[in-house]
Amino acid sequence: MMLRRGFCAALALGTVLLGGQAMAQGRDLTVVSWGGAYQDVQRDIFFRPFQQETNIRLLEETWDGGVGVLRAKVQSGANNWDVVQVESEELLLGCDEGLFERIDYSTIGGKDRFIPAAVNECGVGTILYSFVLAYDKDRLKEAPKGWADFFDTRKFPGKRALRRGPKTTLEIALLADGVKPGEVYKVLGTNAGVDRAFRKLDTLKADLVWWERGSQPAQLLASGEVAMTDAYNGRITAANQNDNRNFGITWTNNLFTLDSWVVMKDSPNRQKGLDFIRFATQPQRQAQLAQRIPYGPTAKGAADGIPPAVQANLPTTPENHEDALRIDDQFWLDNLDKLNQRFNNWVAK
Amino acid sequence: MRGRLAAAALVAPLLLFLLAVFVLPIGAFLLRAVGEPDVPPVLPRTLAALDGWDGQAAPGEAAFAALVEDLREARARDRAAGEGAVARAAARLNNDWPGFRSLLPMTARRVAAPFEGGAREKLLDLAEEWGTPAPWAAIRRAAGPVSDFQLLAVLDLKRDAAGSIGTAPPEQAIFRGILWRTLWIGVLATLICLAIGYPLAWLIATAPPRAVPWLLAGVLLPFWTSLIVRTAAWTVLLQREGVVNAALQALQLTTDPLPLLFNRGAVLLGMVHILLPFMVLPIYASLRALDWRLPRAALSLGASPWRTFWRISLPLSLPGVGAGSLLVFIQALGFYVTPALLGGANDQMIPYFVAFYATRTVNWGMAAALSLLLLAAVAVVVGVYARLVGFSRMRTA
Amino acid sequence: MRPARILLWAFGLLALLFLVAPVLAVLPLSFSAGAFLSYPLPGLSLRWYADFWTSNFWLPALWNSLRIGAGAALLAGTFGTLAAFGLWRARFPGRTLVLAVAMAPMVVPAIVVAVALLLAFGPLGLSNSFTGLVLAHATLGMPFVVVTVLAALEQFDPVQLRAAAACGASPVRAFRRVCLPQILPGVAAGALFAFATSLDEVTITLFLAGPAQRTLPRQMFSGLNDQLSLTIMAAAMVMVLLSVLLLLAVTLLRRRGNTSSR
Repeated sequence: MMLRRGFCAALALGTVLLGGQAMAQGRDLTVVSWGGAYQDVQRDIFFRPFQQETNIRLLEETWDGGVGVLRAKVQSGANNWDVVQVESEELLLGCDEGLFERIDYSTIGGKDRFIPAAVNECGVGTILYSFVLAYDKDRLKEAPKGWADFFDTRKFPGKRALRRGPKTTLEIALLADGVKPGEVYKVLGTNAGVDRAFRKLDTLKADLVWWERGSQPAQLLASGEVAMTDAYNGRITAANQNDNRNFGITWTNNLFTLDSWVVMKDSPNRQKGLDFIRFATQPQRQAQLAQRIPYGPTAKGAADGIPPAVQANLPTTPENHEDALRIDDQFWLDNLDKLNQRFNNWVAK
Repeated sequence: MRGRLAAAALVAPLLLFLLAVFVLPIGAFLLRAVGEPDVPPVLPRTLAALDGWDGQAAPGEAAFAALVEDLREARARDRAAGEGAVARAAARLNNDWPGFRSLLPMTARRVAAPFEGGAREKLLDLAEEWGTPAPWAAIRRAAGPVSDFQLLAVLDLKRDAAGSIGTAPPEQAIFRGILWRTLWIGVLATLICLAIGYPLAWLIATAPPRAVPWLLAGVLLPFWTSLIVRTAAWTVLLQREGVVNAALQALQLTTDPLPLLFNRGAVLLGMVHILLPFMVLPIYASLRALDWRLPRAALSLGASPWRTFWRISLPLSLPGVGAGSLLVFIQALGFYVTPALLGGANDQMIPYFVAFYATRTVNWGMAAALSLLLLAAVAVVVGVYARLVGFSRMRTA
Repeated sequence: MRPARILLWAFGLLALLFLVAPVLAVLPLSFSAGAFLSYPLPGLSLRWYADFWTSNFWLPALWNSLRIGAGAALLAGTFGTLAAFGLWRARFPGRTLVLAVAMAPMVVPAIVVAVALLLAFGPLGLSNSFTGLVLAHATLGMPFVVVTVLAALEQFDPVQLRAAAACGASPVRAFRRVCLPQILPGVAAGALFAFATSLDEVTITLFLAGPAQRTLPRQMFSGLNDQLSLTIMAAAMVMVLLSVLLLLAVTLLRRRGNTSSR
């Protein structure tokens, strides 16, 4: 008897120790973004002020993309994310598969608040950005002119870094192989075109380093690990501003796209999530963000609040946008999973 | 008899707890390796329509119509409930017939709205592949309820249309390589630990008593230090602008920083560092229990020190060597965090791919099949050990 | 000393250096006034500890680690001690099987447990909860408690239990008053082992913990993956201090266990 009582006491103590939280069903609003310098800025401009103004507790999480991660979250029955910043093809795929809640635009100020490209039934655009060719001006004497130079290790010795995954990597390979931006997806749509892209990548494979997190390219450049990398344009400018780096950006044939906020399916914090999205898409907040890290805003009127010096670093500025390749979401919607598998097998070999 | 009952009752809480939180969950997970849960719920009518199909040419209009109806319904369910069932069925079918991963969701999207004309005509218009028997055969092979598909896949094998087993096409055949890599890294880590650990254990066992606590502390302190801390230490040491490179350059041994991180060497370094105490402590325990009068007697009878070691001391310490090697090798096979942080793309072992399939592609079946492979490797090692040495002689420090 | 002996000492000390030096070499970086990961330090400061203290992540993570570790140690300690006592008292059918099940968490790779529990706990609402993590970590700690308590019981003379019974004590009372006090150091050491195991655990936490349950090792893992800052080294320092405390506690308990059995 004594033993059982002791055992019960131990269990009771355990419950006390774990506190009420273990039993509580509700959890705090969890917002997931892309880490590093970008999320640091988001914390200052979105997360902290949101908590102060609304008294809603907000937890942060970092991820590095992949619709499979979202699928696993929802389908394992163990989803712990509420609001996630997703890439455009993740938005389309996830929306199609019902991974996200539909956005009720009336609760976030109406569709007219946004530029048309930012409006989707499952997500609200948050930033416009580009994948650009980045290099360290202190280490490269001559500026690379485009993706062809990226693949030219004889003229520009040193390692290269690319984002791990087929999206952007295959486009860059074809651009480097001389395909015009307008033709890229036509070529990639054929098996021969995909083979051509992988053949081009084969020529660089020995010199390639893969990055996954958005914070990595700037670190790889800073340490001299690689001579050139593709990177989110904002992170490169941010490294120049915050860490006194002297990185250069080659805008030629940059890959242009946008990210969106989504609310995960059956999130218990759906309304809080929408409140957050409304908060984070206010024009003046987006303008503030752009000044700290140059990504284009999606709310109408936000661009007016951005000084001209910052505008020059934005991917939306006409001279930067001129020969950009717009990443084709529809193509990736149909082909991402297939090419993902081929890419992963190619890398694993 | 009452004593036995009481003993069993004392053991019961632990047993029930481990059954509930350990044995059953793992069993249920591993069963997924032979399950076929993905395709039947999405394509029930199609599977029924394919029942009497001869497999020679594409099936008749009925199967096409059934497919359209199935996909419409599944897609509507997905969009309402977030089940992602079409995507999962596509992933499963794609493992059998590459191309399905895109073909099935794309077809589902395009037939969602009502259309004019026959189903066959519409599907052939969307993708000519539907006119060939291959995708239909793949659908039929996934009818379930159980199959050896994933078990074969992790051995780079697959069944052909006739059902006989052959090797998988080269672009899918990656798993044997990963298995050998895992075993090889485990063997290397074990051998290096043994080469460093045995002399160290010998030194501690034969050192003057005053020195022993200090020597042991040198082993126990890292043993108790968290794995993540030690992995972090290696990351910081081996960074391009880290401690080691800075030191090398300051000593003018190198001019450019060396790429020390994200390679096989870094993984092995980290693993040996973490696993070495598991080798040293059992060997030390068996050396301490050794009757030192035996080697001394051999020496006094004129045997050379080397011969004494080889014929007497070493055999007597073998149980420790066996236990240490077992502990190190088994743990090495299961390493996930250290290779993920210190290794490159070509240094990842089976655990990494288990995590990959579970969290990045929602392919629980493949994750389970790879886990089964990993557990089989562990079981073989443990079994061989039990046969050769037996667990009664194993000492844990 | 013979040359072979000198060689052995040299080799052994080098091996110990390899074991101890890496961690000791990087910990001082946490006191750096700068932000670089190499020596010499530009100056000394506690700024990284201040960062650890004030950030939204690190201190809650430490607190989570301690709570989950304590819960796991309590569960593992209770169940493990009872089971060890049962295993020691009598040989009953299936004893070997019970031992095998109790030891299994030591051999099954953590990643398998992690994915299996993710799938099992999800529908039960146990993922993303402290309860789920405590249950999982307790599982990992069980073998250590069973082994340690069994070892302690080997030093215990069962005649004492019979003597207690002869004096009219119930079996439970005999266990509590006669046996438990003598094996208590072993029980405590086992629980500490379980606590340390939980404190060290990354893989399962990676899969089961939501952002509200992040532990210190889990936070370090994401830090190493995202941005390598010296705050991670400050966190490492905290973890090393915890480890040293645990090691000291276990060593003291071992001593007590040995003297009390003599």
